Amino acid sequence: MNRQGSVMKQLTSNPIYKFVLFPIGQILAFILGAGITLSVLVILLAYIFRGSVSNLDLVERTLAILPKVLIDGITIGFVYATIALGYTMVYGVLEFINFSHSEIFMVGGVVGVELLRYLETQGSLAGMNQYVVIALAILLGMVISGSLAVTVERVAYRPLRGAPRLVPLISAIGMSFFLQDAVRLILGLTTGEFNVILPKFGTFDDFQVFNFPGLAAPVQIQNKTILLVAVTVVMLVGLNYLVNGTKVGKAIRAVAQDRPTASLMGINVNLIISITFLIGGSLGGAAGVLFALKVTRLDPFVGFFPGLKAFTAAVLGGIGNLTGALLGGIVLGLLESFGASYLGIFTQGAFGAEYKDILAFAILIAILIFRPSGLLGQTVGQKA
Amino acid sequence: MSKRLNLVIALTIAVSLVLAACSSSGGGEAKLIKIATQSPLSGGQSLLGVDIKNGAQLALEQLSGPLTEMGFTVKLEPYDDQATPDVGVANAKAIVADPAILCGVGHLNSGVMIPSSEEYHVAGLAFVSPANTNPVVTTRGYAEVNRIVGRDDVQAPVAEAYAFNELGARSVYIIHDKTAYGQGVAEFFRGAAEKDGMNVMGFEGTEETANFDAIITPMLAANPDVVFFSGIYNQAGVFFKQARDAGYEGTFMGTDGMDASGLADLAGDALVKGGGMVYTSVAGPASAYPKAAKFAEDFKAKFGADPQPFAAQGYDAAAVCLKAIENAAKAAGNQVPTREAVRDAIRALTLEGITGTISFDSIGDLPKAKYFIIKVNATSGAEWGKNEIVAELEFASPGMGE
Repeated sequence: MNRQGSVMKQLTSNPIYKFVLFPIGQILAFILGAGITLSVLVILLAYIFRGSVSNLDLVERTLAILPKVLIDGITIGFVYATIALGYTMVYGVLEFINFSHSEIFMVGGVVGVELLRYLETQGSLAGMNQYVVIALAILLGMVISGSLAVTVERVAYRPLRGAPRLVPLISAIGMSFFLQDAVRLILGLTTGEFNVILPKFGTFDDFQVFNFPGLAAPVQIQNKTILLVAVTVVMLVGLNYLVNGTKVGKAIRAVAQDRPTASLMGINVNLIISITFLIGGSLGGAAGVLFALKVTRLDPFVGFFPGLKAFTAAVLGGIGNLTGALLGGIVLGLLESFGASYLGIFTQGAFGAEYKDILAFAILIAILIFRPSGLLGQTVGQKA
Repeated sequence: MSKRLNLVIALTIAVSLVLAACSSSGGGEAKLIKIATQSPLSGGQSLLGVDIKNGAQLALEQLSGPLTEMGFTVKLEPYDDQATPDVGVANAKAIVADPAILCGVGHLNSGVMIPSSEEYHVAGLAFVSPANTNPVVTTRGYAEVNRIVGRDDVQAPVAEAYAFNELGARSVYIIHDKTAYGQGVAEFFRGAAEKDGMNVMGFEGTEETANFDAIITPMLAANPDVVFFSGIYNQAGVFFKQARDAGYEGTFMGTDGMDASGLADLAGDALVKGGGMVYTSVAGPASAYPKAAKFAEDFKAKFGADPQPFAAQGYDAAAVCLKAIENAAKAAGNQVPTREAVRDAIRALTLEGITGTISFDSIGDLPKAKYFIIKVNATSGAEWGKNEIVAELEFASPGMGE
């Protein structure tokens, strides 16, 4: 055995490398890969079309907003990725799309904001440490969303375990409508308001200013954007450890690979499926609270589009594949952000931000034509 | 024997049921007159929609006296169009199928009114709109469709003139909500801005209601003097807040869809920071109408809250319906009038409403409508009354053309 190989082996078996450095490196690689590809593409386009625009410098305008576009895309990409993990984990163990996951996400956000509003009416919101407050809101969102996801599985999916595959899918769509209107009803009966508005607190709306050499203007990033990215990265790393480094994770992977055999090996399949829903639901709930912090307003139907996009991200990355969901989320977020910001500039307003979804979905279709199992999906083909 | 007895009992019951049914339909319903309302009673725009219905209900209670004396029972039949075209059309089918409904008040959204009014037109059922401003609502020339507010093809140039002359704006970024109403106003605004030589830096439509990053980033880079948002408050409020948080310092402008206290709840101090926010409206606050003071009082006493914009228009629209039905009933010799007679009576009417004198031209528009420009001074919904009217203008309806 040569020396280099053993060093590599030592490194890869080191838990810090395996469970912290490697996943973070992976996330960074995805961001850099997708971000640089898209940036190079728009800059090239800007140079090509430079002559066709008379009254402004296209390259200058493209470069001026590029950092902000990247940040927007990465931010929403992490939200998509966090929700997509819920879809993909459930698909991994049960092989069906849990369409009510977008409502689990919405419930998490609504619960988090309602906690903040409750603290505000009690008058204690302003006096508390803002990080403690947001941590409480995220935790509560995770607990409620996680337990709701487990309940939904128990009530709406488990009785249909042996049924044809379309049946739980329809049950999931029904559950989605039910949850939307249940939240609408509860909000109507309690606060009487349709819009759930985040109270203003702390310094999350303020900016951090970053000066990068070579950039004309400094880059401004809102605190809440940094918080969102930081918290989701921590959750993603935590999830990676849970799935790849613990006994429970091993059991989840075993159930995903072969449910009957896993059960023969003494794994409690029902418990593992519940745990999967708990994990996916809590991630969705946390994403909901962070999303609420970012957009400042929720309503009972706000989960639909992020949910749809996250589902798309999961398919894009290869459904059933955790790393794929992460990659898919980041790629879709960046695609959307680039499409929305640059379509209008490049087409002189003929196609505006409203076409961002068409662009993103056209690329999705193109990818699925050439790689039907998604960017990172290999094992799925034989399973489905 | 028992078989025959059963038969006799069954026949008796059947006959008595038929008789009972006949007597109830022959006696009570002959004199029943219903007025329908269609507005969003649930969802994000319900704040405005519910108050249109409440305004109409108040009118019915206060003004149905003459009809009651003539022996009619007048009832309000509220429908929830959910601000959605297909729900509005489905309701419209139910409304025209109910022969007791002789007149209607609605809708809030032009995008819902236009397809729904095709049903009213076929059935000859008159509707009076308290809020629809898209020109197409009346320019189809339907005898059934009337409105008691101004039009977008006047409202948008009024807003543009204010931005150009009073605010001194030379560049504008236009955003609309892709509805018949929002896009319509936005296009009229763009036309007027280009005529004045204003730099239109962007023209975007979006259905997004949560995350506006993708629109705000290029907008901030362009840094226009004015951002004109043509849409409804529930979407605009979130956009204004996010744009202000992201560092936009100019003036926000909006249309009458912004005229709801919910806007300030959503946007908070984003509306008064920087260049502030102004909106045009075809319906001023109740205080803008000298005759509406009593209405505002009665409304608050009955429903426990100040009337939202368009509530007074809801009241007047219902008043038009009641008066027209009364006139038509008198002409028919105190019988229930036909829908056609009510429809024609509306066009012949001149009524002193609480929002001004109401009469209709040949396509159902007010000959002269009022337009307001209102500056927001509120940072929360409770302060919405602090907004001030900075300009009040009266313009003639452009009629069928443009």
